[in-house]
Amino acid sequence: MTSVLFDHPGPKARARHRIIAAVSALLVVLALWWALAQFKEKGNLDAAKWTPFLTADLWVNYLLPGLQNTLIAAALSIVFAGAFGLVFGMGRLSHVPAIRWVSTVVVEFFRSVPVLVMMFFAFNLYAHNGVFRSDLNPLAGVVTGLTLYNGAVVAELLRSGVGSLPKGQTEAGLAIGLSRGQTLRSVLLPQAITAMLPALVSQLVVILKDTALGYLITYQELLNKFQQIGSYKSNPVPALIVIAAIFIVINYALTSLASYLERRTRQRGRATIPKGAIGPAPVDTQPIARALHDADEEVLHERYRAPGRTDDEHP
Amino acid sequence: MGELFASYNILGAFGLTILLAVSSAIGSLLIGTVVAIMRVSPIDFLNKVGAFYVNIVRNTPLTLIIVFCNIGFIVNLGMSFTNDIARNNIIWAIIGLSFYHAAFVCEALRSGVNTVPVGQAEAARSIGLTFSQSLSEVLLPQAFRGAITPLGNTLIALTKNTTVATAIGVAEISGLMKEMMEFRPDLIFVIFFLVALGFVILTLPVGILTTRLSTKLAVKR
Repeated sequence: MTSVLFDHPGPKARARHRIIAAVSALLVVLALWWALAQFKEKGNLDAAKWTPFLTADLWVNYLLPGLQNTLIAAALSIVFAGAFGLVFGMGRLSHVPAIRWVSTVVVEFFRSVPVLVMMFFAFNLYAHNGVFRSDLNPLAGVVTGLTLYNGAVVAELLRSGVGSLPKGQTEAGLAIGLSRGQTLRSVLLPQAITAMLPALVSQLVVILKDTALGYLITYQELLNKFQQIGSYKSNPVPALIVIAAIFIVINYALTSLASYLERRTRQRGRATIPKGAIGPAPVDTQPIARALHDADEEVLHERYRAPGRTDDEHP
Repeated sequence: MGELFASYNILGAFGLTILLAVSSAIGSLLIGTVVAIMRVSPIDFLNKVGAFYVNIVRNTPLTLIIVFCNIGFIVNLGMSFTNDIARNNIIWAIIGLSFYHAAFVCEALRSGVNTVPVGQAEAARSIGLTFSQSLSEVLLPQAFRGAITPLGNTLIALTKNTTVATAIGVAEISGLMKEMMEFRPDLIFVIFFLVALGFVILTLPVGILTTRLSTKLAVKR
């Protein structure tokens, strides 16, 4: 990638860069060595703390069931969030002001309340009213929290996806005699969903990461297993590190998938919703701005509207 | 509702939430700027270190990072800054939150740099500006303006994520909410809307302010 910040280095600059690189490599090694020494002192690097992870017992009885619960919560939340997002996303694009307002309030509300607060609320609500079998309460709490928040994000993505389409698409749909609802459903939404695919996949990473909040309402997901493993083999720190590695591998794969999808959609010459922006991209996408789309999903909490753009522009 | 305010220190808990948010915002801005400089620097090694940091941190659940601060650093290594356990937990929560959000601050700043077209750098060079001149007069001013919106979003996300500090025993608002809901299940909706309203009040101005600023300071191209 051409950087805007630097010229191509000459021989002097290259020599300087090598020196800086060597010094910083030394610093990194020293820092790592110091950290490892600290953990070694407390016996965290002993073979006995790590060998349990090579036994089937730990995986079959702890890690894999934990991972399974994590994936179940994530999968349910994805399905429900998709439905929630579709309903309220279409609501925000509705032609009836009342529906639009209600949807806007609902979406904005659930986007600004922390997921954990919604989880605590849902969990306590279900527990006190006996809505579910008592062992299902933690799962229901996690799924409710994740659905409400991520559903609101999906609704917002959908709205901006439709907003990013050329106006001619709507006009063409209306001109051939489709109703506004039909235009939305059969012309705009399919294109919007293609455009939002990369952003949707990065939202999956958010969902998967946030299932770990279930730890705080005793949902037996992957992170929770560190306590059982830790007390069983007295190695809580190695257990946390292994669990972190599992999360990182899965999420990294999903992040890579998202960038692949984005590249592919882009090569086909279609617009994508930049991961960094709900609402139209803030600037025209110069080639150099491509790395902008590496910006992370947290940026999705975007709440700006581009100037001069109102909901009334879209049917 | 007055009853709730009388028996629980709701405002104090929100105060702690604000303290966490402000301190972690400063911390993550500092760390994130350093990582962002590494990420955009011409030195390949620093680049890779920065990329590694960002990829690791943003693919790890925040809850895990906070729990690790507790189990790994406080319990296992016995690292403490003060003898006051509650205060020590707060400090570690701030450290965890800062390191986590630094990855997102880095990406926000980097996306700001990436909004600057290459032509700007070429134009700066061709009119004879030196490297530092073109950086300070042409490139960075545009880069900062481009980063306002993503930085604002990171701040909003950070404010909401301070709730995770309850995992380390920090008495911020979500922990208090859990306690209130357990003791007063009859007021569960009131409690929820009270806390939700608090977060709306905390995050809404940030959103409005960054929207204003980014529109006002937008680089017209």
